[in-house]
Parts: sequence; structure tokens; C-alpha cells
Amino acid sequence: MFARGLVPLSIASVVLVVGAFALVFFYAPNDADQGFIQKIFYLHVPLAIVALCGFMAGGVWGIRHLRDGDRAHDLRSYVAIHLALIFGVGALVTGSIWAKASWGHWWLWDEPTLVSFLIVFLLYACYTPLRFSIEDPERQARTAAVFAILGGAFVPLNFLAVRMAESLTHPRVLSATGGSMPGSMRLTFLVALAGMAVLFVTLCKYELTSKEASMKLRALRRRLADDEDAAWTPTRRSAAPQQL
Amino acid sequence: MPALPLDDAGPYVAAAYLVFVALILIYVAIMASKLVRIARQLGELTELLDRRRRRDGELDAEAEEAVSR
Repeated sequence: MFARGLVPLSIASVVLVVGAFALVFFYAPNDADQGFIQKIFYLHVPLAIVALCGFMAGGVWGIRHLRDGDRAHDLRSYVAIHLALIFGVGALVTGSIWAKASWGHWWLWDEPTLVSFLIVFLLYACYTPLRFSIEDPERQARTAAVFAILGGAFVPLNFLAVRMAESLTHPRVLSATGGSMPGSMRLTFLVALAGMAVLFVTLCKYELTSKEASMKLRALRRRLADDEDAAWTPTRRSAAPQQL
Repeated sequence: MPALPLDDAGPYVAAAYLVFVALILIYVAIMASKLVRIARQLGELTELLDRRRRRDGELDAEAEEAVSR
């Protein structure tokens, strides 16, 4: 169900990510202001954008799950949020490294962009413990969907609030008017963004396929164990959806 | 090809890109461990089915023997 298109997606991910890194180091010029350290921009910003989009995608799958009760949508929501958290860790760590090199500090607590992203990240860090705390699978899926929808709605609001706030240190490179990047930098950034987005979708599909295979195996094992005295362990309590 | 400026900025840029690569590698390693678990469970199921087939075969043979007697 989830494995369709996985091979071409994997190839596209490798081509785009490797291509983006090649463009970053061999095509895009060094920034006139920051110099070589600005190369982190092509990694940090796409990671952050894709992570935030992943959180919102989790909300959209949550809505679909509440609407039709399909467990596959709950699984998609769970996987999107799980991967967005991983990409979020990447955005936070790479941003912190960039901050140290540029501003001399690993973190600035009075910078709205940084703190708001951390708030969103910590909010979603509660998602997995919330799921784990609910034993009944139906209730777990419903509660997680509500959480994903509320969190997903919070992401664009948070983004707008940060845009309206006065930035102290964090630059505003991207804007509705096209930003201040020259063509070669913009092309590199767009390829990096596409690479991260495709990588995110590919990893989502990998995880979905793996979880689907585990679920099918578990169901088959249960069916076989019904009339066989083979020892099979019942399903452990888990934050991840256990059935489709 | 521009020379990579491995002065002050170089280690920071390298660290950021290494963090990304490490995250992906850790994720792939976790996925690989899950794949190994799935393969092991598949092996167990195959063994279970083989055992069942052997047992059914033995029962059939016993029934045939009883009928011929």
C-alpha cells in the first residue's frame, strides 16, 4: 500500500541531495557578508521548512483520520510528525552551529525565530509520550489526531507571528518579493529545498512500508498462533499505531 | 573549483553537514534493525508453517495407514 514509487523516490532523493550539496560547495558563491559560513544556510533553512511542513502534514492526516476513521491516515500522521521531529533536530543543531560561528553564541533567547521554532519543536516532542500514555488504540488515534490538528494550526500562526515580530539578530532572507539572494544562490537553495522535501517523503514512505510489513506480520502470526501452541508475544504497548 | 576555506568557518560548516549525514545514517540504522526484526519474524513464521505442514503430513500418513489396515 505504501511502497508504491519508493524506488524512483529514493533515486530522486539521492540525486537531489547530492546535487544540492555539489551546488552548495562548487557553484553558489560565498556570501559577501558572512563568507563561507553561510553555506550552512542551504542545509539549515530547508531542514526547518520541511520540518514545519511535516508538522502541518501530520495535522492534515489527523483531519482525514477524524473524518473517515481510516487507521492508515493515523499512521501517516504519526510518521510525518515523527520524521518532522528528526528534521527539526537537524534544523536546531545546524542553526545552533551557525549561530555560534556567526554571532558567537550557541543560542539567543531573545530571538523570536529561534525561540518560536523551539516552542513548536517541544510541543511536538510531547506527541509521542501522549500517544504512549493512551492504551486503547482507537482513543490513542483520535487524541493524537486532535493534537496533530491543533499543533498543525499553531505552526502557520507561529510563523506569521514571528514574521510580524521585529527580528533582532536572525536574518529575513526569504520574502514574498523574492528575497535578496542572487540567482545562483536562489537556484542552489531551491534545489536543496527540493532535495530535503523529496528525502522527507522518501523516508516517510520507508517508515510507512516498514510499519505496514510489521503489522501484516503480526496479524499473520496471530492468525497462525490461534490454532498452534507456538509461543507468540502479544502486542507491546506502543506510541506507534499497531493496526491498519 | 573554489578552494575550500578550512580556516575559522570550515569546521563549523563541516560540523553542520556531518550532523545532517549522521542523523540520516542513524535513522537508516534504526530502520535496518527493524528490517532485521521483520526478517527474523518471517523466518519464525516460515518455520511454524513448515512444522504444521510436516505435522499435517504425518497425520495424513497415519490416516492412510489406518484406512489400509
